[in-house]
Amino acid sequence: MLYCLSGHPTLPCNVLKFKSTTIMLDCGLDMTSTLNFLPLPLVQSPRLSNLPGWSLKDGNAFLDKELKECSGHVFVDSVPEFCLPETELIDLSTVDVILISNYHCMMALPYITEHTGFTGTVYATEPTVQIGRLLMEELVNFIERVPKAQSASLWKNKDIQRLLPSPLKDAVEVSTWRRCYTMQEVNSALSKIQLVGYSQKIELFGAVQVTPLSSGYALGSSNWIIQSHYEKVSYVSGSSLLTTHPQPMDQASLKNSDVLILTGLTQIPTANPDSMVGEFCSNLALTVRNGGNVLVPCYPSGVIYDLLECLYQYIDSAGLSSIPFYFISPVANSSLEFSQIFAEWLCHNKQTKVYLPEPPFPHAELIQTNKLKHYPSIHGDFSNDFRQPCVVFTGHPSLRFGDVVHFMELWGKSSLNTVIFTEPDFSYLEALAPYQPLAMKCIYCPIDTRLNFIQVSKLLKEVQPLHVVCPEQYTQPPPAQSHRMDLMVDCQPPAMSYRRAEVLALPFKRRYEKIEIMPELADSLVPMEIKPGISLATVSAVLHTKDNKHVLQKRKRASDDIPDCKVLKPLLSGSIPVDQFVQTLEKHGFSDIKVEDTAKGHIVLLQEAETLIQIEEDSTHIICDDDEVLRVRLRDLVLKFLQKF
Amino acid sequence: MPEIRVTPLGAGQDVGRSCILVSIAGKNVMLDCGMHMGFSDDRRFPDFSYITRSGRLTDFLDCVIISHFHLDHCGALPYFSEMVGYDGPIYMTQPTQAICPILLEDYRKIAVDKKGEANFFTSQMIKDCMKKVVAVHLHQTVQVDDELEIKAYYAGHVLGAAMFQIKVGSESVVYTGDYNMTPDRHLGAAWIDKCRPSLLITESTYATTIRDSKRCRERDFLKKVHETVERGGKVLIPVFALGRAQELCILLETFWERMDLKAPIYFSTGLTEKANHYYKLFIPWTNQKIRKTFVQRNMFEFKHIKAFDRAFADSPGPMVVFATPGMLHAGQSLQIFRKWAGNEKNMVIMPGYCVQGTVGHKILSGQRKLEMEGRQVLEVKMQVEYMSFSAHADAKGIMQLVGQAEPENVLLVHGEAKKMEFLKQKIEQEFRVNCYMPANGETVTLPTSPSIPVGISLGLLKREMAQGLLPDAKKPRLLHGTLIMKDSNFRLVSSEQALKELGLAEHQLRFTCRVHLHDTRKEQEMAMRVYNHLKSVLKDHCVQHLPDGSVTVESILVQAAAHSEDPGTKVLLVSWTYQDEELGSYLTSLLKKGLPQAS
Repeated sequence: MLYCLSGHPTLPCNVLKFKSTTIMLDCGLDMTSTLNFLPLPLVQSPRLSNLPGWSLKDGNAFLDKELKECSGHVFVDSVPEFCLPETELIDLSTVDVILISNYHCMMALPYITEHTGFTGTVYATEPTVQIGRLLMEELVNFIERVPKAQSASLWKNKDIQRLLPSPLKDAVEVSTWRRCYTMQEVNSALSKIQLVGYSQKIELFGAVQVTPLSSGYALGSSNWIIQSHYEKVSYVSGSSLLTTHPQPMDQASLKNSDVLILTGLTQIPTANPDSMVGEFCSNLALTVRNGGNVLVPCYPSGVIYDLLECLYQYIDSAGLSSIPFYFISPVANSSLEFSQIFAEWLCHNKQTKVYLPEPPFPHAELIQTNKLKHYPSIHGDFSNDFRQPCVVFTGHPSLRFGDVVHFMELWGKSSLNTVIFTEPDFSYLEALAPYQPLAMKCIYCPIDTRLNFIQVSKLLKEVQPLHVVCPEQYTQPPPAQSHRMDLMVDCQPPAMSYRRAEVLALPFKRRYEKIEIMPELADSLVPMEIKPGISLATVSAVLHTKDNKHVLQKRKRASDDIPDCKVLKPLLSGSIPVDQFVQTLEKHGFSDIKVEDTAKGHIVLLQEAETLIQIEEDSTHIICDDDEVLRVRLRDLVLKFLQKF
Repeated sequence: MPEIRVTPLGAGQDVGRSCILVSIAGKNVMLDCGMHMGFSDDRRFPDFSYITRSGRLTDFLDCVIISHFHLDHCGALPYFSEMVGYDGPIYMTQPTQAICPILLEDYRKIAVDKKGEANFFTSQMIKDCMKKVVAVHLHQTVQVDDELEIKAYYAGHVLGAAMFQIKVGSESVVYTGDYNMTPDRHLGAAWIDKCRPSLLITESTYATTIRDSKRCRERDFLKKVHETVERGGKVLIPVFALGRAQELCILLETFWERMDLKAPIYFSTGLTEKANHYYKLFIPWTNQKIRKTFVQRNMFEFKHIKAFDRAFADSPGPMVVFATPGMLHAGQSLQIFRKWAGNEKNMVIMPGYCVQGTVGHKILSGQRKLEMEGRQVLEVKMQVEYMSFSAHADAKGIMQLVGQAEPENVLLVHGEAKKMEFLKQKIEQEFRVNCYMPANGETVTLPTSPSIPVGISLGLLKREMAQGLLPDAKKPRLLHGTLIMKDSNFRLVSSEQALKELGLAEHQLRFTCRVHLHDTRKEQEMAMRVYNHLKSVLKDHCVQHLPDGSVTVESILVQAAAHSEDPGTKVLLVSWTYQDEELGSYLTSLLKKGLPQAS
């Protein structure tokens, strides 16, 4: 069974019940909800702090504390909230393990591990945990350093929400929206994680084995194999076939899956990441040459490493070597440092650098030569060092909190400046809404290296799963491009689709289970060659089942008074040639044997013993007196001609 | 009978040139390929002719595994692969892969350039050899081929040191390499899960030692260094470039800072800077404290420790020098030692184990007059101190690891025979497992009895489970089926399915026994009595009285008939199939005893 707790295709959260084990696959946190909130300015902003309250058409202003009008839109004026995965569909305290595929897909972890009675283990790779921690730390820091007493809840009332303008009216699952967790909750959640390496086989309760595989998307990102001896589920989440910095995707190990769960495809299927990077560089250079500043809203890890590497190769040739690059995040330093120590998780080229020994990423050199500077925030050292024109990398990509809010307010009014959107998680128009009207140039260069539909088709042809399960969004073209039939998952049989709060029964056709034959029993088996290359042995043994493992042991004679009717004798097969049978009888001392032919076979008479043996093609019937010794003798002679099964 | 065979080519009742051959389920694996520092003749490398006299190395070996970068574990590798000739895979961890070629090059330079040895491996051979290396990550299951898999566990000891599990089917061997069960200043403690290997091959360097607390040893070390420096003496600490050196540097660095000492500390080779770089890039392999704080402070950037120039050795005044190699058998440490040995104010601290034949071993065993090359005699007046900082498990640690892994057998290598003997007894007593300690070239053979995994058809398994008399799934039950063996595919199915799959018809074997009883009553009455009797005796069985007058017990049929000749005798016809043999036979003998008189 598959319980689908998230409707967001790139921030999945599914629970798989597999062989009496309950496994949560990722716990992504949908942060697009924050787009409905006002930005949290780091520095007192006269504009944002004096917005008019919003009132209903009839002039009723009871919501004016919660909702503010800004740039022609209505926003919630409160601490931003995130959309949690479904917590009611299944009792989350019964979840045994959580498998994390990459650091973007674990942002809801503290909500799950700290508030649902969860007592299990979380499995993730070391880079996933370390960078995931940085992302959470940054998020908590961004929100906590701008304390906002107000928490809005009136507007969430269903009857009131109906009356609100779009997009608030259409916001979904608002009842599940929650404020950000605390650092304490983050630490507690992360302490429940057990580190794993690629291709490590992890046994769960003796019944299931899970294995993370490199997915090629981010440092330490993984797909997961969940299998018993005869069933295999592949969980593909956030994979990439492009050569960026992470280790390449392991595709071969996904073969022979009964079910392949497919999530985390590219969110921008029509954009080519390479040309986006090119556009990013040229727009950046153009702005700076004209004396403007460039703002790049971004996460503190991931694509930023690749952008810095591109710039490293690009700035000298573009004549930008005197332009300062600033990376501002509470975790900027940690992110840059951590990226250098995960050699074994990197692509081959970068791995070989550590043998020299050199740092794998060239941003080390950018820092050494003072071209790239990093600061925990705009306060402190940064204000002294700040020179314009410059390039600033900072978060959060939603433009609702973090240092980016300050730069939007600072630079938005000049057409010399440019904001370049590279993260694909948020609609850039919605992100910009509270800052309109803007004089600043806006460039949209989303870089999403995850699989596109062409790559998916190729992958599915390659690994040939029996069934594909994916979010419903992937089974039809995007609403804005409904004619693009190529922008959907195409496979045979058609993919089973799921949506939030649905439960799917997964189609398994299991016919076998593993059992161990103990050596003592194995030694006692007598194999018989039935056909060339095929041998048979009848097994009559004791079955032990413990910890979901089955073991067959040699049987010790039962000494019960009444024999157990469950003790089955083998089936027999073959036929009895009458002449040879009679000869055998004679050899064993039977005399006075008479053979009569019948319609279907023969009757062998042992007159002295008043015994009659009917022999037909597929049956033998021994009719005798209650002389057990005689009967057993005859039985054994008959059995000599038959094969046991 | 399947078996596991182990033959040490080196490190059998000895420390040095570790090299152990293991045969498991038809696969041959070589564990480590080290050199012996106590020899400079043929004996410095393992005797590979043990394998080559019957064929090529590549044909015989399925893979080679290197546990860590110490030369006594990897020093013979280029000789083995390039000069004797091996083209198969060589597995090691990434730090080992990074550092190993540097140490090999160092070793080569000393042997060829300093000692002028001919017919030694070349720099190119080291490079070619390293091309055959495949990096293994911790806990990753590496499939060497369809059947053979290996898995690395953290071993402490030095950066990148690993223990390896070698597994074929349900049989497995764990080789510890060198390991350390207590975390130190830069590395964590070795760890393994309860993997229950058929055999655990463990090092036993400190088989009889129980080391005192590490803190005491550190204090002792700092006191000795401090005292010597205070009285204007020079301290020589022979180390290997990577490993212990970094730990002692961290120790001295913090001490110097705390005590505000001014005497210079030098590190001898140009490797320092590079070595520390490796440590920085391989932070995930260090201990938890360093991993946690590395962003704020890189523990491997030293303020007080500077690069050494050979001219410094003659400068007056106190100083501390870390010099390679660690056993005073060659190179810079030996040169400095010669210069400083004559002065009783000076001190040499040996922080690790020294193999026999090295200068280090000689002075540690009390020798004060050393015969050097060219018949020179060197008189040692400086103080000689031994401090065990070697990151090997002590006796307690070894026992702890055996307890963790729960092996079926233990085999000791990398230690001295006498000490092994002691540990062997201890292990056999405490864990009730066999413990072996073969000498080099000696083979230990362990019979194994692996269980055979087969696929059981779900129908059969479920049927057997449903038929269990008690619902308790844990109770052992009887199972009957047919094992179909086709190539290497083993399946256990119900007999009916086996017949069907093979296209064979069932042959029914039926018995009918005549039981004669003296009874004058009618057949129907007789049948009724039979029914009542069987019903009362066979409480657990399904006994039925059918309308046609016959009685069934499960699928066994009992009919009463008149005797054709004797009206005072009735005949009970008991009929059953071969599958009901036991019950049928039992019923016949039961009925033969007669029926109880009606009460």
